[in-house]
Amino acid sequence: MSLALIVALPFVGALLPGLMIRFGRNASALAAGSVTALALLALLFHAPAVLRGEVVQTRVDWVPTLGLNASFFLDGLGLLFAGLILGMGLLIILYARFYLSKADPMGQFYTYLLLFQGAMVGIVMSDNILLLLIFWELTSLSSFLLIGYWKHLPEGRQGARMALAVTGGGGLAMIAGMLILGQIAGSYDLTVILENKALIQSSNLYLPALILILLGAFTKSAQFPFHFWLPHAMAAPTPVSAYLHSATMVKAGLFLLARLWPVLAGTPEWFWIVATTGLVTMVMAAKIALFKDDLKALLAYSTVSHLGLITMLLGFGTKAAATVAVFHIINHATFKAALFMVAGIVDHAAHTRDLKRLGGLRTLMPVTFTIALLAALSMAGIPPLNGFLSKELMLEEAAQTVWLTPWAMGLMATLGALISVAYSLRFLAHGFLGPVRDDYPSRPHDPGFGLWAAPALLAILVVVIGLVPMLCAVWLVDAAASAVTGQAVSAEIGHWHGLGASALWMSLAAIGGGLALLGIHPRLMAMWNAAPRPDAKRIFDGIIEPLATSARALTEALHNGSLTRAIAIATLTIVAAGVWAFAGGAHLPGTRALLPVHVVPVFAWAVLTVATVATALLHRDRIVALILTGVVGLVIAIAFAYFSAPDLALTQITVEVVTILLMLLALNFLPKTTPVESTTPRRLRDAAIAGIAGTGIGALVYQLMTREPAFEPISVFHLAQSKPGAGGTNAVNTIIVDFRGYDTYGEIIVLGIAALVIFALSEALLKSPTVAARLRAIGPGTNDAGDRHPMMLAIGTRVLLPMVMMAGVYIYLRGHNLPGGGFVAGLVFAIAYLIQYIASGYVWSDRRQRYDHHVLIGWGVLIASLSGAGAWVMGLPFLTSGYGYVTLWPLETFELATAAIFDLGVFLCVLGAVLLSLASLSRMAQRGGERANPTAYDIDPHKEAR
Amino acid sequence: MELLVAAAVGLMTAVGIYLVLRQRTFPVILGLTFLSYAVNIFIFAAGRLAVNMPPIIKDGASYTDPLPQALVLTAIVISFGMTAVIVIMSLGAYLEAGNDKVDETAP
Repeated sequence: MSLALIVALPFVGALLPGLMIRFGRNASALAAGSVTALALLALLFHAPAVLRGEVVQTRVDWVPTLGLNASFFLDGLGLLFAGLILGMGLLIILYARFYLSKADPMGQFYTYLLLFQGAMVGIVMSDNILLLLIFWELTSLSSFLLIGYWKHLPEGRQGARMALAVTGGGGLAMIAGMLILGQIAGSYDLTVILENKALIQSSNLYLPALILILLGAFTKSAQFPFHFWLPHAMAAPTPVSAYLHSATMVKAGLFLLARLWPVLAGTPEWFWIVATTGLVTMVMAAKIALFKDDLKALLAYSTVSHLGLITMLLGFGTKAAATVAVFHIINHATFKAALFMVAGIVDHAAHTRDLKRLGGLRTLMPVTFTIALLAALSMAGIPPLNGFLSKELMLEEAAQTVWLTPWAMGLMATLGALISVAYSLRFLAHGFLGPVRDDYPSRPHDPGFGLWAAPALLAILVVVIGLVPMLCAVWLVDAAASAVTGQAVSAEIGHWHGLGASALWMSLAAIGGGLALLGIHPRLMAMWNAAPRPDAKRIFDGIIEPLATSARALTEALHNGSLTRAIAIATLTIVAAGVWAFAGGAHLPGTRALLPVHVVPVFAWAVLTVATVATALLHRDRIVALILTGVVGLVIAIAFAYFSAPDLALTQITVEVVTILLMLLALNFLPKTTPVESTTPRRLRDAAIAGIAGTGIGALVYQLMTREPAFEPISVFHLAQSKPGAGGTNAVNTIIVDFRGYDTYGEIIVLGIAALVIFALSEALLKSPTVAARLRAIGPGTNDAGDRHPMMLAIGTRVLLPMVMMAGVYIYLRGHNLPGGGFVAGLVFAIAYLIQYIASGYVWSDRRQRYDHHVLIGWGVLIASLSGAGAWVMGLPFLTSGYGYVTLWPLETFELATAAIFDLGVFLCVLGAVLLSLASLSRMAQRGGERANPTAYDIDPHKEAR
Repeated sequence: MELLVAAAVGLMTAVGIYLVLRQRTFPVILGLTFLSYAVNIFIFAAGRLAVNMPPIIKDGASYTDPLPQALVLTAIVISFGMTAVIVIMSLGAYLEAGNDKVDETAP
C-alpha cells in the first residue's frame, strides 16, 4: 500500500468511530481498531524492505510552486516511530474501550484519537518539511482535543489550553526555523536537506535555524524550561496520557531531533544546547517526580526526565549515543505506557491515584501488581529488564563525554539514574507494598481482562527485550539508528560488559543510592514541602493573563459589540489606509480622454443625485425612502444601458423589482417610520465620516477612470474567443457560462444556499411563540385598500403571465448571442409569478403553483453540475462547453451549445431562490392572521363588514 | 462624464455609509443597498466607460471590456440574495426582541 494511503487511512477512518457509536461502544472501538490495524498491516508490508536498508518513497505534487509536495518516505527511523504510533494506538484503543465510562462520548474519543494518530504518522513519514509542519500543527490541535476531552473538568480545559499554547508557540518558531533550513538547502524535501550537511552547517543562518527548530522540538518534548505543560496535561483521561505522553506526541520532538540529526548535530552549538538541556531536564524532572504523590504526576515528571535523557544522548552527537537514544525510545515507550495504564487501572479500582492513600495493593490486585513490578523495575533500570540495558549504555556514553570537566557529565547522569531508581521504587513501595489498608475510597480489585491485556502485553515486551535484546530488538535499533546517523549501525547490546566498565559502577551507585533515597524519603518530602519553589502554572498564567487582558482591552476598544461603532472605525481606517497608500506612491496624471457630457445623461444624473440625497434626508419615512431607493436603482439600470452594458441594465432592472418587493413585504411587519434617536452632533459626526468615505471612493474611481489600464485586460482574450471558442457573440454571457463558468457555478450555489437560509430562518421564527404572538399583534396589515385583490389587477396579471414568460424564454434563448441569459430570464420568470402573488394573494397563487421552490433550486444546481460533468465523458475538464449547428426543417440553422444547458441550471436556480425568499416572507404574513382568499379576486372581509 | 459618474459613486457611498451608521435595522439595509450600487458601479467603471460599444461581437465593431460586466452581473444577483438574508434576519430580530435597534445599547 502506498505510504500516502497509510497516512490518509487514520484521517479517513476518523469518521468511522463517530458514526459507528450508533451501533454501540464495541462497534465504535472495533472500527477504530480495524482502521489502525489496517494501517499497521500496510506498514508491516514495507518493513522487510526498510530493514534491508531500502527507503520506500511516495511522491505526489501538491503545490509545486511553493515547494510543497505531499511526498512521503519510510526509512528505519520512520518505521520505528510509525510502528510505535500504530502499535501503541491499537493497544490504547483496546484499553480505552474498557477504561472510558458509559457517560463518556466514546465515538468522539476514537475520532480524536485517530486524527491524532494520522497526524503523528504524517510527521514521521513526511519527506517534505512543509508537509511535516502541517502534520506537526495537526498534532498540536488534535492533542488539544484529546487533553481537553473531559470538557466538564476545568483542569482538563486549562491543561489542554496550556499544552496548545506551549506546543503551538514552539511550532510557530519551528516553522520559521524550517523555512530557513529549506532556504539554505534550496529545497524543502527532507531527503535533499539531509544530504547537505556541510552547506547547512557552514551557513550564517545555521544558528538561528537551529535555535528555532530546537524551540519547536523542546516545547513538544517538554524539555526544560518548557516542561511544565506536560504534568498539567495529565488531566486528560489515562488512555490519552498513555498514548500521547509515553509513546507519541512528546516523542515527536525527539523524532525531529533524530530526523535532523545528520545535518544539525555534530557542532559545538548543538552539543552545548541539546546535551545541556537534556541533562538539566533529566535531573530536575527526576527530582520533582520523587516528590509527587499523584501516580500520574509522578509518571509525568518521570516522562519528562526520560525525554531529557534521550535528548541528552542525541545531543552528544556521536553515532553510539544516537543508537542508545533510539534503543531507549523503544524501551521507554513499553514500560511507560504500561505504567500509565496501571495508574489508570489503580484509579479505576481504588478511586484514587494518591500514593499517600494507597499501599498494600499487592495482594488485592496481584495481576496489576505483576505488570507494575516489571514495568517499574525496568524504569528503575534493574537487570535484566530492557530499561536496564539502555540505561547502562546511556551511563557509558555519559561517562565518556566531556562536559565542563571530564567527570561532570558522568556524575550528573548517575545522579539522574539514582533519583529515577528512587521514584520507581517509590511507585511500587508506596503504591503496592505495605499492609492492606481499610480506608481506600473504593475496595480495589483486579480489573477485567480487557483492561489489563494491553499493559500485560507491554510488560511481556519489557521482559523479552530485556532478556534477548539481540534477537528481538537490535534489528529495529540498527535500522533506525542507521537512518538517524546516516551510517551503517550494528549495535551490540548485552547485560555484562566486564568489571572494568564504568557503567557497571555507576549503575550500582544509582541503585544503592536510590534505595537509600527511598529510605529517607519522608524526611526529604518534609524539606521539599517546606522549601519555596516556583509554580510553573502561576508563572505561565502570569505571562498569559496580561496578554489576554491587553488583547481583550484592544478588542473592546475597537469593537465593543456596537455595530455602528465598529463600522465607523473600520470606515475611517480603510480611508486612512487608502490615503496613506495613495500618498506614498508615485502617480502619473490621468491622461485618458474623457467622454463628452450630453444633456440627457446629466438629467438622469440629477435625478439620481436628488433621489440619493433625499433618501438620506427622508429615511425616517421608510416607504418613501424605499421608493427613492428604487428610483436610484432604475437610474443605475439606465446608466448601464447608456454605458454599453445591456446585460447589466436588464439584470439591474429585474433585480430592482424583486428587491423592492421583498423590502415592501418586510415593511409590512417592521415599523413604518424610524424614530429620531441620534443627537445632532452624532448626526454631524456620521455625516462627516460618510462624507470622507464618499469623497475617498469618488476620488479613487475618478482617478481610475481617467487612466488607461496598467496591463492589457484579459478580456481581450474573451472577446477574441467568444465566437470561435465559446460559440456565442455575447461576450458577457460567454464569460458567465463558459470562460468563468466555475465562478458562476459557485455563485448559483451561494444564491441557492442564501435562499435556503432564508427559508430555514423563517421556519425557526415561525416556530417561536414570541414571534407568533408579535405577528398576531401586528395583524394582517393596516391601511389596506378595501379591495385587497382587485379584479382588474387579477385579470390583468393573468393575461400578462404567459406573455412575460414568453419574454423570459426569449431572453434565455438569445442570451448566448444577444443581451439576456439565464440570470435575467430567471428574474423575469420570478417577476411573472410575483405579480400573480400581488394580484391574488400568496395562498391562492401558491396553491396553483405545482413546483416546489426548493426543488427548482435543486434541479438548477443539478443541471448545472451535470452539464459540467458531461465534459468528463469527452475526457475534458469540468465545465468545458461544446457547441454545434443544427438544421431542423423548417427552421433556420441554429446553434446548440452545452453552455445553454448550464444556463438553464442558472435560470432554475435564480428562479427558485427568488421565489423561495419571497415565499418565506409571505408565510409570515399568513401567521400574522392574513386569511386565505378562496377566489382570485375579493374584497377584504373586514372592510366589507364595517 | 467620468466626473459625473465618480460623483455619483461618491455620493451613493456617502449616503450608504451614513444610513449604515443609523440605529435601526431598516436604514442599515437601505444603506447596504446603496453601498451595493456604489460598489457595482465602481467595479463596472474599472472597465472604463464607453458609449455605444456593447460587447456583442459584430464585424468591424469595437467593444467595451466585458469582464467587469460579467462580474457585476453576478454581483447584482448575489446582492439580492444578501439583502434578502439581511431582511429576514432583521425581521427575526425585530419579532424576537420587540424592537429594531441595531445595537443593544447606544454607544
